[in-house]
Amino acid sequence: MHTFSDSFWTALSLIVSFDPLLWTVVMRSLAVSGTATLIACAIGMLAGAWLGVARFRGRGAVVTLLNTALAVPAVVVGLVVYLLLSRSGPFGFLGWLFSFQAMVLAQTVLVLPIAMALTRQVIEDADRQHGEQLASLGAGTGWRGLLLAWDERYALLTVILAAFGRAIAEVGAVMIVGGNIDGFTRVMTTAIALETSKGDLPMALGLGLVLLTVVLLLNAVVAGIRRWRERADSGTQAAQAGQAVAA
Amino acid sequence: MTTLFDWQGVDVRLGGNGQVHALRKVTLRVVAGERVAVIGPNGSGKSTLLRALHGLVRVSSGKAEAPPSIGPHAVRQAMLFQRPFLLRLSALNNIRLGLWLAGHGWRPARERAQEALARVGLTAVAHRNGRALSGGQQQRLALARAWALQPQVWLLDEPTASLDPHAKRDVEQLMATFAQEPGATMVFSSHNLGQVKRLAQRVLYLESGQLLADLPVERFFNESVLEAVSPQALAFIKGEV
Repeated sequence: MHTFSDSFWTALSLIVSFDPLLWTVVMRSLAVSGTATLIACAIGMLAGAWLGVARFRGRGAVVTLLNTALAVPAVVVGLVVYLLLSRSGPFGFLGWLFSFQAMVLAQTVLVLPIAMALTRQVIEDADRQHGEQLASLGAGTGWRGLLLAWDERYALLTVILAAFGRAIAEVGAVMIVGGNIDGFTRVMTTAIALETSKGDLPMALGLGLVLLTVVLLLNAVVAGIRRWRERADSGTQAAQAGQAVAA
Repeated sequence: MTTLFDWQGVDVRLGGNGQVHALRKVTLRVVAGERVAVIGPNGSGKSTLLRALHGLVRVSSGKAEAPPSIGPHAVRQAMLFQRPFLLRLSALNNIRLGLWLAGHGWRPARERAQEALARVGLTAVAHRNGRALSGGQQQRLALARAWALQPQVWLLDEPTASLDPHAKRDVEQLMATFAQEPGATMVFSSHNLGQVKRLAQRVLYLESGQLLADLPVERFFNESVLEAVSPQALAFIKGEV
């Protein structure tokens, strides 16, 4: 317990003193996971929105496979991406192994099923309620998916949050394809694992605290946006109800 | 008189394996300029009939002739639902979106959308979020969105069912106005028999997916005539179903 409290205070001082080593790792983590989330969400949300409204033979199997992909361990994704990017692999010519790009690619592959599966669920529910009306206006499958995704954009913020949370918290994939190279591919989670094994608990704890704070802040921002929208919508409704009563 | 819809022995089965037999051997004909009301108990197939007329539900068997939706003789159709779906956009942009989906340009659609809003008395809320409007205003906005498309055929699925009396009256007045526009044909479902008498020229009575009565409105509400045609329909309008 003593070690924990000592480590905690040391960690706090590292954070507030803007320790360069700590903040370099933090910024790299945010860059890797942020980029991966952005790419995965751009692809996954479009594909998920389409899958939410499209009806075709074998769709059930696709959805089952997609849901299964949610449970794929990060190390397995790391291993597959490692094999693809290794010198003898099909994408070895890119020379990405043990680089920023390799880590982004691994995390993109890891969170893509999350972005796609959660979006599919949100859009499918919306389509069940409103799809027919959009179809009656002449919207085909693609436009229906896009319009419903636009309409459900505040619900989809949670999807982005879930994808980013999974990316920034994983250690297996980035460890394998990034190699945890100091000053190059070391990110928060791999640094925590390394510092813990070295016995540098304050640094490990400091990184852990930053990791939690980043996720907490992100959650707070998303919750704030959603509450602001709900208040804006209900505020207008309440004002109108008031006008109706007054009339 | 131009025949728009000509159905003979139409069956509609819904559900994954077609286990719900929603319409059974329905034969009907709708000609241009008619105002037709579809009535019947809940689950009788009214909504399915309207959806099938609009092409949202596939006919399982029988002959179902509908007006072309493309080409030189295309007939524009608009469908309205009990609870209209509006996107989280301004009232004006909800109409523009409807026009855009129908092939109009986004910018040119603005003028037509403003005209449509004025037509239903919603100019004052043009820039308010469509989703934040009252139920009555939302239905009027949906009517405006449909009107902007200049439909020749209106299909309305219980458009006033979830509205308060005041909003119901407003929407009904708009329906009456739009139905009287030159060349307009209207098929609507309703549980409100007063509304049926006020708006319709002809009444279809559905029960368990079967069309049991198809009569001009004055004959439909004549008890002796209706009893001879369909005792079930008579029991329904007397409130015994």
